[in-house]
Amino acid sequence: MGRYIARRLLIAIPTLIVISFVIYAILALAPIDPLSQFGADPRVPAEVRERIRESLGLNQPWPIRYVKWVTSMFRGDFGVSFMSHSSVGDLIAQRLPNTLAVVGVAYVLGVAMGIPVGMISAIKRYSIFDHVATTVAFMGFSVPTFFTGLVLIIIFGINLRWFPFIYSSTLQIKDLDTFWLQIRQSIMPITVLALFNVATIARYVRSEMLEHLPLDYVRTARSKGLVERLVVLRHVLRNSLIPVVTLVALGVPTVFGGAIVTEQIFRVPGIGELLVTSISNGDIPVVATVVFIFAVLVVTFNLFADLLYAVLDPRIRYA
Amino acid sequence: MATTQARFTTAPVKADMLRPPRSLWTDAWYQFRRHKLAMAGLGVLSFLILATLIGPYLWQVRMDALDYSIALEGPSPDHPFGTDNLGRDLFARALWGGRVSIAVGLSAVLIAITLGTLIGALAGYFNRLDNPLMRLTDLFLSLPILPLLLIVIYLFRDPLRAAFGPEVGIFIMIVTVIGVLEWMPVARLVRAQFLSLKQKEFVEAARAIGDPDFAIIWRHILPNTLSPVLVAATIGVGGAILTESTLSFLGLGFPPDVPTWGRLLYDAQNFIEIATYWVFFPGFLIFLTVLSINYIGDGLRDALDPRKT
Amino acid sequence: MESSYLHRGFALAVTATIALAACTQPGTSPSAAPSGSAAPVAQRGAGGELKILYWQAPTILNPHQATGTKDNDASRLVLEPLASWDKNGAPLANGLASEIPTVANGGVAKDFTSVTWKLRTGVKWSDGTPFTADDVVASYTYQCDEAAATSTFDVCTGVKSVTAKDPNTAVVTYSASQPFYYQWGVGFNSPILQKAQYANCLGAKAKDCPADLKPIGTGPYKVNTFKPGDTVLYDLNENFRDPNKPFFKTVTFKGGGDAASAARAVFQTGDIDYGWNLQVEASVLKPMAANSTLARLLTAYGSSVERLLVNFSNPDPSLGDKRGEPDTKHPFFSDIHVRRALAMATNRSAVAAQLYGDGLAGKATCNLLTAPEPMNSKNTDSLDVCKFDLNAANKELDDAGWAKGSDGIRAKGGVKLKIVYQTTVNSVRQSTQAILKADWEKVGFSVELKSVPAATFFTNTSPDGANHFWADVEMFTNSGDPDPTSYLSSTASCKQATGKANNWNFGNYMRYCNADYDKIIDQLRTETDTAKRNQLAIQANDILTKDVAVIPLITRVAPTPDGVSKALKGVDPSPWDSAMYNIADWSK
Repeated sequence: MGRYIARRLLIAIPTLIVISFVIYAILALAPIDPLSQFGADPRVPAEVRERIRESLGLNQPWPIRYVKWVTSMFRGDFGVSFMSHSSVGDLIAQRLPNTLAVVGVAYVLGVAMGIPVGMISAIKRYSIFDHVATTVAFMGFSVPTFFTGLVLIIIFGINLRWFPFIYSSTLQIKDLDTFWLQIRQSIMPITVLALFNVATIARYVRSEMLEHLPLDYVRTARSKGLVERLVVLRHVLRNSLIPVVTLVALGVPTVFGGAIVTEQIFRVPGIGELLVTSISNGDIPVVATVVFIFAVLVVTFNLFADLLYAVLDPRIRYA
Repeated sequence: MATTQARFTTAPVKADMLRPPRSLWTDAWYQFRRHKLAMAGLGVLSFLILATLIGPYLWQVRMDALDYSIALEGPSPDHPFGTDNLGRDLFARALWGGRVSIAVGLSAVLIAITLGTLIGALAGYFNRLDNPLMRLTDLFLSLPILPLLLIVIYLFRDPLRAAFGPEVGIFIMIVTVIGVLEWMPVARLVRAQFLSLKQKEFVEAARAIGDPDFAIIWRHILPNTLSPVLVAATIGVGGAILTESTLSFLGLGFPPDVPTWGRLLYDAQNFIEIATYWVFFPGFLIFLTVLSINYIGDGLRDALDPRKT
Repeated sequence: MESSYLHRGFALAVTATIALAACTQPGTSPSAAPSGSAAPVAQRGAGGELKILYWQAPTILNPHQATGTKDNDASRLVLEPLASWDKNGAPLANGLASEIPTVANGGVAKDFTSVTWKLRTGVKWSDGTPFTADDVVASYTYQCDEAAATSTFDVCTGVKSVTAKDPNTAVVTYSASQPFYYQWGVGFNSPILQKAQYANCLGAKAKDCPADLKPIGTGPYKVNTFKPGDTVLYDLNENFRDPNKPFFKTVTFKGGGDAASAARAVFQTGDIDYGWNLQVEASVLKPMAANSTLARLLTAYGSSVERLLVNFSNPDPSLGDKRGEPDTKHPFFSDIHVRRALAMATNRSAVAAQLYGDGLAGKATCNLLTAPEPMNSKNTDSLDVCKFDLNAANKELDDAGWAKGSDGIRAKGGVKLKIVYQTTVNSVRQSTQAILKADWEKVGFSVELKSVPAATFFTNTSPDGANHFWADVEMFTNSGDPDPTSYLSSTASCKQATGKANNWNFGNYMRYCNADYDKIIDQLRTETDTAKRNQLAIQANDILTKDVAVIPLITRVAPTPDGVSKALKGVDPSPWDSAMYNIADWSK
């Protein structure tokens, strides 16, 4: 196992270099432009546009820009944002807490609730609980997340006035009141995201458990006189977790990537919001860095998943 | 299909005895038929497909006829789904757009799961391929989607339009794009199942009697990985239907006047309080489609599972 | 989660709007300095927090490095120009100048080559240091250095120098007679930076300047916290020159989200005092504003015009490198009758009524240049190309020999009237497309609609962009410049035809070329008589309409349809300047 991990870590380096190159190439070749914000404004004439482009270093060929970016990144310098002239590292550091407080919490909730919901749905297949869970889940898959958000805003934000729908990132938690305010302002975005996550995870758990419940080893365990709950938890769930581990490993990096739509609707200034505005502003240093960090997380968490498979199913071996 | 159904239903008791020896597929169909929810799902889905295919010819109101005097009117016999802010008949639009939405949803997901299953199976089964294929998956998972889509439009839209015409060309592009961007989770899921299953006794047994790799993959392991794939597929159809409309905002999708279900939803969002029906119907149609596919998937899995009777 | 990853596209759609902010216009009759006269005398800092919401977030607080209205507006609370533009496009002395220089008071040289600005005395920067004419000079040096690549550089063109005659007098000298002598110094393009703070940010160093995130200004507020792309928190500036102002102790300037929910926050919950650019379908916004006890909609008209451009070059992809170049000819729009028929089949009043709420967010117009009022042509309304008449359009095409085929599409000599009509992704625009398409198809055009995200549309690097204009008709909003010369010239003069040679950086996207039009523009550059200038501008406008180079549709509320709390006093929007130009006068 140790040798396998070492080998995977070694492979990760060239993998990430290739990924970083592909990312940069895509950004450099895509028709996104830091000057598009000026629109058709006649007050920013052609020469001025060219001059701004030049001052951003955009007149250099992109492979050269790539090499500069990659080498400075190895020194821990992520570059300077075209739009705000501030360091990309600072921008990400400013956004990350908001993303973790909303998207991260929603993800943890989603996994924590999705597994039991999926289990109950499987054990009591076609019970009322299962039907309700299935219906709600598929309602969630049938409308875009922004719709769920909009409905929540109209009901709880506007008609009932329970929760604010403009997230304040400058709120400082000093006492119970401000803490309560923080909870109130995060409830709606967290709900939207958590619902989606619960639904997804529950579907996979349900289906995987259904696959395992009628298997021989479950029957054996039952006939040995084990309590049903133990059978389910110790045997069926454990064996059903491989897809869940896979999904969670795929999901954690997306937590960092933020939830673009939800962040936008509730005005949570998270990484997702940063990414999407940076893309439309052609702010390549920001986009490249966020996407690259995302890639590092993808590689890392897929490695974790592979290691966890072996724990869950000791027969799995990697050559 | 209708005739088969009729024959079975007229002689339910005798069927078991009189039936000729069953092949895998007739057996599966027999099992499937007994799954009530699956049959209901199949019925609803067939109805939706039929309605969107022939509906526009039966429903004479034009989907793009403007009439400001009846703008934003609720459902009525003349306009069962109501009208939008320009007085267009939403029923006609939903029928017309449904074709595209259902076709995009099903084909895109088919591409995604085929590709994902293929790559996952190869990576999971052959140790040599595992690393390269999974690193490729990592790469795809890391790609910045939006800029990538913009490049795809830039490079392929005009050639595809020239080759296949505006509608088919765009359809091919959308379906491919969604398929190519959504296969990775399926690949990871299938591979994980393969890693676990290929060590199991029945695979050892198959190998011992000299079954070729292909047969082991196809006949022994793959059927057992079906359940996460089916879940991914059912969730994916809804996602693909909605993604299609997202793509059209990038200039990648159909022209803005093709009223796909996703598009109708987006157009309706600001009118949610004034014209709830405008939001409701397309949302409900997508829901029906996805839910019926889910139950078909449920039935299919049960039907293909030899342990169930 | 995967699907939210893909939904990035939606967010783009939300950000898709253009309306460039206000622009200015040569002031003819400068108003007296009413700074402080607007609201009854209020107590400094008596109000609590003022909440402003923009759905585009400010990313930088230096207006000279701004990339959009959001940056100009957010920095205007802190940084002030010498004077602002008022509602009518006349300069207003609410800034650093104590009075508006005119020819009459001797401030403007008779030959229009120099302007002498008298500065207020006793003004202090928010750090307590005194403001002098040296700051004005330093600010000019920073802004007008090519190496600094400022986005406001255009107001530097033709400026020979800015010098300090004494600590309270600054002189702007133009290299030639400049009829638009307020070009440098007035409005959102010329806020004054502090010399000391920007001493190390000159030239090429301007791109990496920490002062841009926390500028020291003379304005009523100072920056407390700035999170780029998110929020600015301001405190009142104790050193502000008017002891009674500003009214609010703090200001929160929040960015992000979408226009629809911003409208809800203003009209339905009152969470926000000022909501910017509430661009929502009129049929949604109208009842929302009408039923609201909390807020009202601001409507002022400037020169923002939603227009259709007609392509004069040939966008056929088979031309390869020659595609859409200025020296190619459009297969059917080169025929004036086709253009005229298209214009006559364009139902702008339906668009205005159904989508812009007839005056709520815009009104129908047949002028490209709608403001200031003396330059708004009265001649176009009676033109046949400005009247919606399908019969006339059909007749025009029949007479010109474009005959309807069996598919209902007109053709002549094997050329079919097939149009690709592009615009940005925006629900109002897509509805406009639907309305126009329906009528155009009735007279025998075949119309394919295309919508492009704003970020791709407004760039010279994308073939889907407005600049390339590789389509037949396109639609967007643009607005006039301080002086219409540069606006009219860049929009339609021969020299400004965009193409490969200028890397699609020029502004004449139609590749329209008309010697008569260019002659008028040349006259505008030198004419100093106000009445004659107005006449020339109207002539230029009328040519574009008559010749159907552009089909103007809607004059839009400008700067933007903003919503403001009914409790908020002193808000008096000027379409020619930043929405925040008189924020010192706001109170509750």
